[in-house]
Amino acid sequence: MANKVIYAVYDDPEVLKGAARKLVTAGYTVRDVFSPFPVHGLDPIIGIKRTRLGIAAFMFGITGTSLALLGMYYMMIYDWPMNIGGKPNDFFYQNIPAFIPVTFEFTILCACHGMAITYLIRNKTLPGMPARNPDPRSTDDKFIIELRTEDNHGRSAEDITGLLRGTPVFEINERQC
Amino acid sequence: MQHEAAIREPLILGHKTYHDITHDIVSPIENKAPRAWYVLLAIAALIAGYGVFCIMYLLSKGIGTWGLNKTVDWAWDITNFVWWVGIGHAGTLISAVLLLFRQKWRMAVNRSAEAMTIFAVIMAATFPLIHMGRLWLGYWVFPLPNQFGSLWVNFNSPLLWDVFAISTYFSVSLVFWYIGLIPDFATIRDRLTKPSWKKAYSILSFGWTGNAKAWTRFEEVSLVLAGCATPLVFSVHSVVSMDFATSIIPGWHTTIFPPYFVSGAVFSGFAMVLTLLLVMRKVMKLESYITIKHVEYMNIVIIVTGSIVGVAYITELFISWYGGVEYESYAFINRATGPYWWSYWAMMTCNVVSPQVFWFKKLRTNLVFTFFMSIVVNIGMWFERFVIIVTSLHRDYLPSSWSMFHPTWVDAGIFIGTIGIFFTLFLLFARYFPVLALNELKSILKSSGESYKNEQTHHPHH
Repeated sequence: MANKVIYAVYDDPEVLKGAARKLVTAGYTVRDVFSPFPVHGLDPIIGIKRTRLGIAAFMFGITGTSLALLGMYYMMIYDWPMNIGGKPNDFFYQNIPAFIPVTFEFTILCACHGMAITYLIRNKTLPGMPARNPDPRSTDDKFIIELRTEDNHGRSAEDITGLLRGTPVFEINERQC
Repeated sequence: MQHEAAIREPLILGHKTYHDITHDIVSPIENKAPRAWYVLLAIAALIAGYGVFCIMYLLSKGIGTWGLNKTVDWAWDITNFVWWVGIGHAGTLISAVLLLFRQKWRMAVNRSAEAMTIFAVIMAATFPLIHMGRLWLGYWVFPLPNQFGSLWVNFNSPLLWDVFAISTYFSVSLVFWYIGLIPDFATIRDRLTKPSWKKAYSILSFGWTGNAKAWTRFEEVSLVLAGCATPLVFSVHSVVSMDFATSIIPGWHTTIFPPYFVSGAVFSGFAMVLTLLLVMRKVMKLESYITIKHVEYMNIVIIVTGSIVGVAYITELFISWYGGVEYESYAFINRATGPYWWSYWAMMTCNVVSPQVFWFKKLRTNLVFTFFMSIVVNIGMWFERFVIIVTSLHRDYLPSSWSMFHPTWVDAGIFIGTIGIFFTLFLLFARYFPVLALNELKSILKSSGESYKNEQTHHPHH
């Protein structure tokens, strides 16, 4: 039997959430949900784990802090120490207060850009990538649940559509995949 | 779903559906631009062109074509730099600080305010670069390995901190803005039918899909970027103020500068946001989204930050007397009664006295009056920077080197030119970019939209 993909289209985020909960309670696996804006509270229902992007940002941030301090130590203290305005650059600790602003800025720079690049790569959103949303209305006013028969063993497409018809669904589309 | 107290005024007026929001924001991009847009763009581009000509003239002849002299060696250039950076701050404040405070009204204004930030910071960065005189050596501000005997940049100098602060601020603002734009570009991509346009927005939208995991990541990125941008925006103008405060010039050497500069920046930035949005909401018919309530909120920010600035002026004045340093006292007496008295009193009137009228609800909800006031505040804040820079420099410790600053046509041309470039960029933004954050507005429609709120009031157990 060919695998089928079913798109259930809803027109309200709350209704969609109700339908997703009903599907999951009945033991179905939801492949994905497409929506024009974030639907709060949906992730735990369809089993999406918390993103670790925040941790990545922190790692990029401390990398920035270390690089900034190391670079300033090398340039100002080790490579070419100078007496500037009566403030000699003999020791790192003496110069630390003047290094705080650049350390801070460089931390933010690395954290933000590192996180943004990670985000774009993880989402597969890069210049020239093709759009993969199943229906152009999903970026306008429709909320779409994607289910696949391959994820729901022992259940036919008819089982799934039958259950979906019991929810206030806007329309159901079925495709071969 | 999140419910909102019925007593709060709705943020989206009328009976809008999700599709209406898409339609209202995307149709100006699809349709032909109105004639007024072409007229405004032509005027702005003409002024911008004159500005570029003046910059080219300056670069070919040298900064002797400015009115600077040995005593007043920072004048309009740095005034304009600080003014433009300050204007930029409102965009970040709206999009980042108000995001952290979960202020929903930001959603109708953040996109254009951030655009304003980016364009204003570009204008700001122009001034220190052209002030170097040799623009082609501009990269010397970065700590690059070189052949000049390992001569590194001086990390003890606030001027170098500024290089890091401004470049970080610009690039982070740009990324923050663009990440918010990606889903909205996808909306435009999926709506447009003309193949060439569809292709263009398809490239801009980076292939955004809008699946559940992508939105989770989107929200996380927005939150963390807002969390980073908030201390960043405060640091940027603090560092700008340290360009002055770490020197020993009377009138500059004060510890009050960082907070005072930051609130002044927010003050002028909100004024510029109002100048732009009051016109934009009318021309693009966005009255349902940028409501009187939004304008009132912004006017409240203006009165708060304006009052902080007023307190700072008076504190500065008091300390110059109380501190008992005669050079410091003279600097302030000279500001108020010396040859530049008119700029001091223009600053005081525009920034301290005039925003106080916003205590009257009638005035802060009056759009024409608000527009007028936004211009007044912009002028006042320009004078603030002029007063701080020029009047402090023109008479310092050595009376024999006292001098005056007289701007030349090149000074004026470059300043007016940057206003032209700024408006050219903003007009292009308003034509081709989604001017409101579509995805954010849709997410608050059911909780803050007028018709939905009314339904909730009638059926509290909905």
